[in-house]
Amino acid sequence: MNYIATIGLEVHIQIKTASKMFCSCKNSFGEPPNTLICPVCTGMPGVMPVPNKTAIVKTIMAGLMTGCDIAKFSKFDRKSYFYPDMPKNYQISQYDLPFCKNGKIHISGKAFSGAILNEKYIGITRIHLEEDVGKLNHFGRFSGIDFNRAGVPLMEIVSEPDINTPDEAYAYLTGLKEIMQYADISDCDMEKGQMRCDVNVSVRPEVQKEFGTKVEVKNLNSFRAVHRALTYEIERQIEMLKNGEKIYQETRGWNDDRGESYLMRRKESAHDYRYFPEPDLSPFIITDSEIEEIKRLLPELPAEKRKRFIRDYGVTEYDAEILTQDKFIADYFDSAVKLVSSPKTIANRIISDLLKELNDRKISITECKVKPEYLAEIVKSVSSGKITNTAGKDILSEVFNTGKEPNKIIDEKGLIQISDESSIAKIADEVISEFPSQVSEFRSGKEKVLQFLIGQVMKKTKGKANPQITAKILREKLSS
Amino acid sequence: MKIEPNITIAKIAKNLGEGKISSVEICNHYLENFTKKNSVFNAILSINKEKILKSAEESDKRRKEGKVLSSYDGIPIAIKDNLCVEDEPCTCASKILEGFISPYDATVIKKIKAAGMIPFGRTNMDEFAMGSSCENSAYVKTRNPWDKDRVPGGSSGGSAASVALSIAPAALGSDTGGSIRQPAAFCGVVGLKPSYGIVSRYGLVAFASSLDQIGPFTNSVLDSAIVLDIIKGKDPMDCTSIDSKIANFAELLSQPYSIDGLRIGIPSECINCEGLDNVIKENFNESINLLKGLGAKIIEISFPHWKYSVSVYYVIATAEASANLARFDGIRYGLRAKTEKLSEIYLESRGLGFGEEVKRRILLGTFVLSSGYYDAYYRSAQKVRTLIRKDYDEAFKICDVILTPVTPTPPFTFNSKSTPLQMYLSDIFTISVNLAGNCAISVPSGITSDNLPLGVQFTAGFMREDILLKTSHIFELHRSIKSFIPPEN
Repeated sequence: MNYIATIGLEVHIQIKTASKMFCSCKNSFGEPPNTLICPVCTGMPGVMPVPNKTAIVKTIMAGLMTGCDIAKFSKFDRKSYFYPDMPKNYQISQYDLPFCKNGKIHISGKAFSGAILNEKYIGITRIHLEEDVGKLNHFGRFSGIDFNRAGVPLMEIVSEPDINTPDEAYAYLTGLKEIMQYADISDCDMEKGQMRCDVNVSVRPEVQKEFGTKVEVKNLNSFRAVHRALTYEIERQIEMLKNGEKIYQETRGWNDDRGESYLMRRKESAHDYRYFPEPDLSPFIITDSEIEEIKRLLPELPAEKRKRFIRDYGVTEYDAEILTQDKFIADYFDSAVKLVSSPKTIANRIISDLLKELNDRKISITECKVKPEYLAEIVKSVSSGKITNTAGKDILSEVFNTGKEPNKIIDEKGLIQISDESSIAKIADEVISEFPSQVSEFRSGKEKVLQFLIGQVMKKTKGKANPQITAKILREKLSS
Repeated sequence: MKIEPNITIAKIAKNLGEGKISSVEICNHYLENFTKKNSVFNAILSINKEKILKSAEESDKRRKEGKVLSSYDGIPIAIKDNLCVEDEPCTCASKILEGFISPYDATVIKKIKAAGMIPFGRTNMDEFAMGSSCENSAYVKTRNPWDKDRVPGGSSGGSAASVALSIAPAALGSDTGGSIRQPAAFCGVVGLKPSYGIVSRYGLVAFASSLDQIGPFTNSVLDSAIVLDIIKGKDPMDCTSIDSKIANFAELLSQPYSIDGLRIGIPSECINCEGLDNVIKENFNESINLLKGLGAKIIEISFPHWKYSVSVYYVIATAEASANLARFDGIRYGLRAKTEKLSEIYLESRGLGFGEEVKRRILLGTFVLSSGYYDAYYRSAQKVRTLIRKDYDEAFKICDVILTPVTPTPPFTFNSKSTPLQMYLSDIFTISVNLAGNCAISVPSGITSDNLPLGVQFTAGFMREDILLKTSHIFELHRSIKSFIPPEN
């Protein structure tokens, strides 16, 4: 029997703003505990919320970029539950009238697993705005609460149960992140908690129409973890169904180290949050002209950007895909490409060298010391023949570490390529006399040995010899 | 200069301006009255005499240097204990806020300080403003200045009593369903509930956010206008606040005007309601006759949904309160039960910290918001609230001001309301005004044969404080009893 998985994602994204959602405290990560707090975000008696307009505008931008309908009339509601990280013991959130509804995200291309995705739209049920809660820190016998995060503007994006595979979930998340970064709505840094994801997953036999019992999985700290957890959970549930076991509606956690989910709590009945309209905030009336104004703030969409890269710079579809996956990489390409005559080379450098280095060191392109103009400089030096391709790679590595200007490194290390035939010929003679057995091997027809001899010339010139010229000279000398 | 009982702040300001008295002398006078009377009447919960006198000295210094902050610089004003004053306790007369010191000033406090007025003592109240007699205070019972065996009204009973007892020349209170107007009537002082939004609520410990409004207790209608002028205005910290159309209400009252031809509406449903005491009826009719004599036209109006106000109020107010009071959990401030488990901290802190009436209202509010009951209670109540508002809109098409009694009875004795519902009904004339967001004022209108004060309530439309204050000011000038000083003063 075949089984179908149904997946819905609930994504929380912190909005990038100067101040918090309902007070003027700074919205920032990584400050000492309880240094970004005031009476409002710590729920002192008598305080009142004042909404952050930028957060509302950015939420509407997110809605517009995902094709949502924007509410003409919206409001905030109070969601009541007791927990120490929630200063008022109610969260100002949105219940029945969120800012955005009925959107979608397009997914296609190569999947995380390597397979090719079926082109598909994943529906977005709603995007609403709320305030983040504080953070509990546990210290053995006692716990502390850090309210720096309390009141940070937070979007909740709920997907339709349109997702059927872990690959689709991964692609949906990538698409969402891409949009948020493009519009500067959020940096979506999961390690800083700027993007958080809970999944709902159920499994049913193909022949069955109605959805199976859904299980919620929490604590997913990366897209990869979402993919792994879903893969695990789908298998677990199919296995249970096969064994005739009952699946309970429950909340599970994900242990990424052990690669397994574990039971957190079983839902006896739905929690009653007792939502009601927030009386301290007036409802919002959003006019068409205001929506038009916000539309003008929207950036070029990733798909548009891909088309432009292919059209204007002649990069391949595959390269364009990679270059636009992250807005900052696209911006990087956009600024570097203007400085060189061969866009394709810049694209290759970014994709094959820069992104690899970034990946190895686990840093983002915005933190990268190789500024776009530096990369352009290296590319220009290689294509003009000033330095060798190998030297180019070495310089890139060094700029990566030091942030030094590439031209300075070339000067300091004397890396300018030797293209002068007489100089190379002199070194070639030395090599031929030092390696007589290899020379005779080549002469007896072992073509491969030429590479070894070129290598020896390179060694003597510290990689500065022009490899094409070196090969040409060696060939001439050995065949004579 | 001798400070007579129930002197107005207008008169104090005049004397201060003429150099006949200093702020230190004024504050000392009221501090003496506090010492003499508070142990009996318990109007004030806490007071910081040193701080008051220091502020008074600073005010006198400013005056000497010709740098007064306003004409009212140096005049003390008592503050209800649910308004936050920086570095001062704010208990809301609840055990759960015992020991809490506010880290900030409410906007109204900022404004009175900016005018040079001196916060003077924290007044007793029903716990979290829930009650109509001050009997729900977790700390003390405030006695009625006119009769020690009677309640001062509530919830702002301490503020009303402070002014009636001349412990302070004015006081701030809050009014969610009558909490300013009813105690004002019971204590024989003027109590104003401004239109919703005219005064910022930032720093008022919320009971029911869509109904709460801060207002003054004073010895005259003019004084009410003066205090309103100081505390009103749109506040960036309260986005439900708005600017009034009139910049200076006190000035408005200094201009000549009459109520000749003014249309005063009398809602028939209210006047013929059950439980209305005869003494109230008689006094009310006298007030009508007085206004008629001044040229006002009396118009009978109809309030078809008025009878639902108490029910609607107790759904909406308790729903909002159930969320507003959730923050009192023992985690960040206030009383915390000595236990370790989180759920026990919540249950025991709130169990020990809240009084019976507060618990009752939290339970009621939690119930009306819970799933399955929301539509039947909360949503229906909101719909009826809209109908009540429409009743007012209709009424104000044919009249300018509405006149009703403030309370169905004169001040009652302690423990005389045996059920919560009986107590709730004592606000029957005041509650609908909050539901509609209109402005209203309670003005002393008579004294019973047992020497108890009575009041009438004028109500005007939303943002119509101009017509409200003018009408009540004229009434005050022409009423037969000129002075409302409790017997022992």
